[in-house]
Amino acid sequence: MAKLSKSASKKAPKKKRSNKKKNNASPEELLHYYQQMLLIRRFEEKAGQLYGMGLIGGFCHLYIGQEAVVVGMQATAGENDSVITSYRCHAHMLACDMDPKGVMAELTGRQDGLSKGKGGSMHMFSLEKRFFGGHGIVGAQIPLGTGLAFANLYRKDGGLCHAYCGDGAINQGQIYEAFNMASLWKLPVIYVIENNKYGMGTSVERASAVTELYKRGDSFGIPGEQVDGMDVLAVKTAAEKAAAWCRTGKGPFILEMKTYRYRGHSMSDPAKYRDKEEVSKVRKESDPIDNLRDRILSTKVATEAQLKDTDKDLKMIVTAAAEFAQQSQEPDPAELYTDILLEA
Amino acid sequence: MAIQILMPALSPTMTEGKLAKWVKDEGDAVESGDVIAEIETDKATMEFEAVDDGVLGKILVAEGTDGVAVNTPIAIVLEDGEDISAADSIAVAPGAEPAPETTPELTAKAAPVTQLSASNPDSPQPMEYKGATTALTIREALRDAMAEEMRRDETVFLMGEEVAEYQGAYKVSQGLLEEFGAERVIDTPITEHGFAGIGVGAAFGGLRPIVEFMTFNFAMQAIDHIINSAAKTLYMSGGQMGAPIVFRGTNGAASRVAAQHSQCYGAWYAQIPGLKVIAPWSGADAKGLLKAAIRDPNPVIFLENEILYGQSFDVPDDVDFVIPIGKARIERPGSDVTITAFSLMVGIALQAAEQLATEGINAEVINLRTLRPLDTGAIVDSVEKTNRIVTVEEGWPTCGIGAEIGAMLMAQAFDYLDAPVARVAGKDVPMPYAANLEALALPKAEDIVEAAKAVCYG
Repeated sequence: MAKLSKSASKKAPKKKRSNKKKNNASPEELLHYYQQMLLIRRFEEKAGQLYGMGLIGGFCHLYIGQEAVVVGMQATAGENDSVITSYRCHAHMLACDMDPKGVMAELTGRQDGLSKGKGGSMHMFSLEKRFFGGHGIVGAQIPLGTGLAFANLYRKDGGLCHAYCGDGAINQGQIYEAFNMASLWKLPVIYVIENNKYGMGTSVERASAVTELYKRGDSFGIPGEQVDGMDVLAVKTAAEKAAAWCRTGKGPFILEMKTYRYRGHSMSDPAKYRDKEEVSKVRKESDPIDNLRDRILSTKVATEAQLKDTDKDLKMIVTAAAEFAQQSQEPDPAELYTDILLEA
Repeated sequence: MAIQILMPALSPTMTEGKLAKWVKDEGDAVESGDVIAEIETDKATMEFEAVDDGVLGKILVAEGTDGVAVNTPIAIVLEDGEDISAADSIAVAPGAEPAPETTPELTAKAAPVTQLSASNPDSPQPMEYKGATTALTIREALRDAMAEEMRRDETVFLMGEEVAEYQGAYKVSQGLLEEFGAERVIDTPITEHGFAGIGVGAAFGGLRPIVEFMTFNFAMQAIDHIINSAAKTLYMSGGQMGAPIVFRGTNGAASRVAAQHSQCYGAWYAQIPGLKVIAPWSGADAKGLLKAAIRDPNPVIFLENEILYGQSFDVPDDVDFVIPIGKARIERPGSDVTITAFSLMVGIALQAAEQLATEGINAEVINLRTLRPLDTGAIVDSVEKTNRIVTVEEGWPTCGIGAEIGAMLMAQAFDYLDAPVARVAGKDVPMPYAANLEALALPKAEDIVEAAKAVCYG
């Protein structure tokens, strides 16, 4: 933890590195976050392997490095809350408790995938878990998520929406149309900007005239905070504050998560826009899983042996998902013509 | 010299209006810029200002008069020093001609319309509605459809530009704010892309939004959400969730609004799997199909027509009157040639059919009503009878609805065709502004008559 706080305070603008170090989680919660983040990492590593073997087609965008963001956010999720994100969505589904087997089988395009093999890596949904995709058009999920929040307010069900986008998407015009209406109508939505420093191959500095993305709501009266997105507890604290804001009828809130992806934008990205040292430095100094692990060990929440067992269990879950995803059959050809329209 | 004041045209499609109120009395002095009267158009009540200085000499059309044609003299302004006799002399002089009808007369005389939702969904022509009807304008029929469905289902709400406090840019949502309140009738900022996305998100969240576009021309800003977010999600989610939403608004040319406000999107949206596309013509169509669209669990594109808004039809009173989506209607039975049309063009096609009748050709006019799914069975049945077809649409010909019908008939009715499929469509140009050029760009009854004769006589 000491390592992280050093690197974080060095990079952080003095102003608003909020919610820094308050330990707001019980031992059980800490272990749960650790387990969730590690599940995501092992799952994504496996997905990368399967992609390399030709078992996953098309695009495949991995979340490795960013695990603390979605796990910290979901730590605060309430009953009628929903989640919507971009195409970098596997982790969000796992964090919403969707079945790793169903997610992996969708990646391989099989009939037991969450979308029966018809959606693929970028397009998965679960009404039951209130996960609304998985959207392939950069930025489109922000108005959609704003609409989910509109439905929360319309029904007065106390729910809110976590609408995620990246630092690349944040320059899309439709996001500001949504910001305006969300603020005008006081919609309960937390906009989570996952700033992993690169929109595909273009750094934030080369894409954004103002790089402090948490300020992007200023024109609409939406408060924003920058958060250490490599620290699951900082994320959780920020999420609690934002949720309290939304749930008391004050409207939307923006959280800019400073994070990092270790892999390329997608599996086919050679990532020549950054040098290897940059990646290894973040891995070494700020890895969200290593840091939580250090904290768990130093505070004696668990022993090294216990964490090893956790890792072993997760590997088994992921291996089982991968096997399931390969054994599941391709969809029946008749599925080509189903799910286009519902019977009126 | 006394000056005649004429009934003004206060909107692109206005042909007549109501003289709601005289603000000045006879004998009052008026200056340029003074409000002299209030005129109620089909869309709003507007203040009418003097453009000349003088004295209001004579009022020719009394306050409260309805149906005053554009360009009818309504008052005389006297210049300084003139007396009322100058007004008398001009008042008896022949007034300016009323504005030429830009809109052909399209009231539904061709057919005793209206059908009830088919009890047997397979029957080609659904049962005709036999209940009570009321003469309503299309805009009233659309409003009633929304109001009835909002009473029936509290998850139905309306959002769009000027739909609430302004009562609708075209007065279609008149009275809805009052009845349903600001939580269900929602004015949006001018951000089509954004509010279309919010609407789709609300549909994901279990509501049934009606999203009004002031015109479908502006929906091009929103077309990504209509297609990528609304139409494809059911498929992409393996059937788990879709978007029950209606996108509605005016489509096609109105009158003299030129290229960017005059496009027909029928063929565009009809190409998209996952959408239903409706283009109503009559009042029964407007009400029965909009109700069906709102009840439908899929995303529905509902293409209205500004020129039709003010036209009156007999509309079924029954709140359960719903027209099945995907069924065409024969508006005029005939034996010699089939004419297919949708929206405003159904009226033009009926005019053409009357003209053809005088020349011994008995045309069958099919109102397509729904463009996706297209009622191919109704078209094929008709062609099996007539062996000839003319397709009519206001939009461009290339890859249009007529092209689709032509290809469909090649596959399904080739042996029944005695002549090539003829297409009457908008000209393959952006819509011009000049009145004469605009008229040239749009399909006319004569074009249909000519095409029908060509397929009948070779």
